This record gives sequence, structure tokens and C-alpha cells, in this order.
Amino acid sequence: MKWFWYASPQTFYPLAGRIARWSALGAAVLAVCGLYIGFFVAPTDAQQGEAYRIIFIHVPAAWMSMFIYVVMAVWSALCLALNTRLSGMMAAALAPTGALFTFIALWTGSLWGKPTWGTYWVWDARLTSELILLFLYLGFIALRASIDDPRRADRAAAVLAVVGVVNVPIIYYSVQWWNTLHQGASVSLTRAPSMAATMLTGMLVMALAFWLYAIAVSMVRVRCIIRERGE
Amino acid sequence: MSDFWAMGGYAWYVWGSYGVTTLVLVLEVIALRRRAREAKT
Repeated sequence: MKWFWYASPQTFYPLAGRIARWSALGAAVLAVCGLYIGFFVAPTDAQQGEAYRIIFIHVPAAWMSMFIYVVMAVWSALCLALNTRLSGMMAAALAPTGALFTFIALWTGSLWGKPTWGTYWVWDARLTSELILLFLYLGFIALRASIDDPRRADRAAAVLAVVGVVNVPIIYYSVQWWNTLHQGASVSLTRAPSMAATMLTGMLVMALAFWLYAIAVSMVRVRCIIRERGE
Repeated sequence: MSDFWAMGGYAWYVWGSYGVTTLVLVLEVIALRRRAREAKT
């Protein structure tokens, strides 16, 4: 791969279009499969009944909210370190989708919290740090929008994104560091998952669908940004 | 079929989650399509 060849917006533009098309197709197919598994294959949960089916969007959305932020911070770091044009554009293209997934994680979590915990919202460490993540995304978007010169906007927002990345491990480990109402991780790389295999499959398929969706929309958005800046 | 939509009494929570998620993603796609059209002209 000629990485530096694609670091230029003009050469990346057609590649982004191809990536967007294939990712969108993959996302649609996987979402149908994931929803089928989630609603028709996965059994009813013994404790939570049907309410647990929120898991198939809640957990993938929460993963994406953190993952997109980390990717955004990496592009921002590249923007600050190398001052390449595309890196700032990529960070800008990811922010709205990251904010949406954060909102979805909070919204679905709230609707899941009511039947299982008895409340829509509680100021627990996991929920609060995820809410801060939403504000970081919104702050990033607002800061970029407030500066007219796009290169300066890129750099200013990049500083915010890089500093804010400390919040991601706080979200991830919050359930271990503090005594939270939110449960600990059901899936980790080191232990066997604590749920039925079909539930896990549905969740992973949905995570993959969200992943491809995020790639597709951010690629379309970066193409808009490239055009808007007259590259 | 109505059993399915009732979600064992959790319809508001389950469909409220899936409905808003779908709505948000569809709105993003619509907004992005409009932006892409404007960027091309």
C-alpha cells in the first residue's frame, strides 16, 4: 500500500467512495442478520425477559462511541504531529457519527435501566463518564465550527480531542474502579463471555454492522469535507 | 405476532430503543445525502 499516496485528499477521494459503498452494503446485510438473530434466534433471558434485547444495540453503540473517539484522537494526533490535511478532515468526519452513537448508547441504556434498575438515569461513574464523552464530541464539533480558517480549526479541535481521550479508559474501567449500578463487562478478551452463545453472536454481528455503518458514513462525510474545502 | 410486538410487557423500552436508534441513523443518512448533493454543486 502506498500510504503517503493516499494521505493526499485528492487521491483519497475516489478510494473513500469505494470504501463507503462496500461498507454500506456490508452494514445493511449484517444489520438484517444481527436483528434476525437478536429477535428470533436468541432466547428470552431468564431474569430480564424480553427487555434484555436492547443489548443488541446498546452494547455495540457503546463500543462504537468509545472506539470512534479513539480513532478520532489518533487522527487528531497525526494532524498535530505531521500537519497533514487529510488527518484533520478524518477527525472532523468521525465526530458527528461518534456523537450519535454516544447518544444511542445513553438513550438505550436509559430505556434499559428503567425496567431493570427502576430508574432512567443515575449519576453513576459509567453513565456520567459516557455523558462526558457526548460533551467532548459536541465540544469538538462546536470548536471546529467556531473557527473560520479550516486548518486552524483542525488544530484547535485536535488538541481538544487528544486531551479528551483520557476519558475513554475512565469509561471502560469505571465499572471496576467505582462501585457502579452499571454491571461489569459481559464480554472481555481474557474470560469466557457470561451469556448464551446466540446472544453473543447477535451482539457481535450488530457490532460489526455498526462498525461498517460508521466507516460508510464517515467516508461519505470526508468526501463532502474535501469538496467543501475545494481540494 | 402481537406477542412479538408486546415484548413480554417491555414494548416501550425495547421499541423505544430500536425506534430512536433507527430514526437517528436514518436522519444522519438523509442529512449526509443532502450535504453531499450540495458539496457537488
